[in-house]
Amino acid sequence: MKRRSFLTRLGAASTLGAIGGLSAPAILTGTGRAWAQSGEIPVGLLFSLTGEVAVVERTLHDAAQLAIEEINAAGGINDRLLKVHVEDPASDPATYADRARRLFIRDNCVSVFGSYTSASRQAVLPVVEQRKGLYWYPTLYEGRECSRNIMYGGAVPNQQQQEFVPWLVKNFGGKFYLLGNNYVYPKEENNVCKMLLGQLGGEVLHEEYVPLGHSDFSSVINRIRATGPSVIFSTLVGDSDVAFARQYHAAGFDPEKMPVASLTRSEVEVAAIGGEAAAGHLSSAPYYMGYQSPENERFVEAYKARYGADQVTHFVSEAAYFQVYQFKAALEKLDPAAVTAEAIRDAAVGVTLKAPQGEILVDPNLHTHLWPKIARWKSDGQAEILVQSAERIAPEPYWAYPGETCTGEGLVRG
Amino acid sequence: METIINQIFAGASLASILLMVALGLAIIYGAMGVINLAHGEFVMLGAYVTWALQSFLGMGLLAALPIVFVTIAAIGWGVERSIVQRLYRRPLDTILATWGIGIVLQQLVRMGIGPESRFIAGPGILSGNTSFGNVVLSNYRIFVLVFAIGVFVATWALLAKTEFGRKLRAVIQNREISECYGIRAEKVYALTFAYGAGLAGLAGALISPLVNTTPSMGTYLVVDAFLVVVVGGVGSIFGTAVASGIVGETTAFFSMLLNDTVGRIGVLVAIIFFIRFRPQGLLPQIVRR
Repeated sequence: MKRRSFLTRLGAASTLGAIGGLSAPAILTGTGRAWAQSGEIPVGLLFSLTGEVAVVERTLHDAAQLAIEEINAAGGINDRLLKVHVEDPASDPATYADRARRLFIRDNCVSVFGSYTSASRQAVLPVVEQRKGLYWYPTLYEGRECSRNIMYGGAVPNQQQQEFVPWLVKNFGGKFYLLGNNYVYPKEENNVCKMLLGQLGGEVLHEEYVPLGHSDFSSVINRIRATGPSVIFSTLVGDSDVAFARQYHAAGFDPEKMPVASLTRSEVEVAAIGGEAAAGHLSSAPYYMGYQSPENERFVEAYKARYGADQVTHFVSEAAYFQVYQFKAALEKLDPAAVTAEAIRDAAVGVTLKAPQGEILVDPNLHTHLWPKIARWKSDGQAEILVQSAERIAPEPYWAYPGETCTGEGLVRG
Repeated sequence: METIINQIFAGASLASILLMVALGLAIIYGAMGVINLAHGEFVMLGAYVTWALQSFLGMGLLAALPIVFVTIAAIGWGVERSIVQRLYRRPLDTILATWGIGIVLQQLVRMGIGPESRFIAGPGILSGNTSFGNVVLSNYRIFVLVFAIGVFVATWALLAKTEFGRKLRAVIQNREISECYGIRAEKVYALTFAYGAGLAGLAGALISPLVNTTPSMGTYLVVDAFLVVVVGGVGSIFGTAVASGIVGETTAFFSMLLNDTVGRIGVLVAIIFFIRFRPQGLLPQIVRR
């Protein structure tokens, strides 16, 4: 009780301070609109440029930066240029939260683009909700989240799997070996996969999770040899995916008979795996570097011209790129004097946009309607698209959880 | 039966990689009492030197091995001369210093070469598998196993049969008295550190076709290597060899029985119990101090 009375008094004191015309609160209210007067629109980029996650986040940073430069070169949004504040959270979730706070409070960013891992997004989540900011998250992820302050640009499980799993069962058989790293994403994806297999009459021969960063797959390969599945359904990420793919190839398995079907493998991993070992295996994603569309040709050309001819684009960097354009489209609908993060969010709902992967749409639940594609990797490190989904697929972050739906009003139960 | 033989080989293969990484660590730790937390980064640098030789000079992995050894040994020598040698009388500070060196090396590679993963091709003549019925052994893994045993024997011979080894053992036993006999202890230390780093570089080159080559690849490896050194007994290379065999086979056994995550936990718990009842490790070095 003593603590409470102390806090009350503290509150009273600061109220008195404000009434007394002290300058501190005046500065605080003043800076809230500072950007509107300076004629620039402050946005933040929160991707790790150092530390372990820099492997991927550097490319996301580059893609978002490219889109911002393109927009500024074309005269900005409503004649205002974007002012970029770059922070490096150094692959540490707590630092993400801290830097996000800095971007929203000190730099008054109306939107921040950032994060690759779910761990870092979840670290930023309380900050962005408290500050009523808007956080643009480009990565595919496990779903089961429905924040009103995060714009989700990547695929959720139903978008990657609802066509992929039936196709795999039809072409290779229904005996699946589920292999993933030991954290939330692979488990949620596998829940969806098991649900689909149950409907299709397939079966799970073995389900297994290895520690993050695990790099010796001899035991797993021996078990695969012993169980003889028709498909290896992989949600391994990063180092583990590369090590597994190389060792799987070295073990002499034939991808024609027993392919690795991955939800996470992109051009980045394939470059490290090597074309020979990656060739013949399958992926499901909304975007591949080799996808033929005028928008993608423009994107890949601009990206290579800006960052080097040996650079690759992939399904997360594409989203990091198009999300900046979604932001632009939303901002163009608003009166420049009345821009807040929440107004941007409401204006973004329903925005359609020609992205490199096809025409995408922002759902009221703030996830994105995407064009999943099933592809086979070739030895040159690019993907050959086998099946293009016939229609744009709506995001359902709670697909595997009957009774829960993510809507424009947030999570609805029942 | 085939599954068990396959799994025993998997354990042996894991053990050979552990041995390659841990041997250098054991020598540095045993000889100088320095806990080298930058060891994983020497492994990483070994992989990157292999990558550079392969992609810029078109050199195969096997041909690159001697160059990798010499290059990383030279880097190790430089690190010892510039930083570690100043801290011999402050062993706890060496932990902090080598930890820092590791971070710096990692970030230098990330900034200088780039954060993306690199592809290193395995040697073509060692691709494929040798199979007897359902027993399938990867040729490259057989090679790594044989190579690791070879390196172990060479290291043993270096310590037991050469003049350098004799000097090193003298310095380990009593630095002051061996200096009285005209042994330049600091030179012996520098060469030992360089040799240990060179072994780490070799390990990095050898594992690069099996794993993902990134600036942070050494972090995971060095933890396992430390486990091996602790179980084996400080300073004993035989202990290190036996311990890597035990840790490798135990991991493989638990992985077969359960899965890799539980296998890992099982091994760690087993090691905690082992250290509780035998803190000096399997085959501790017997030294008169």
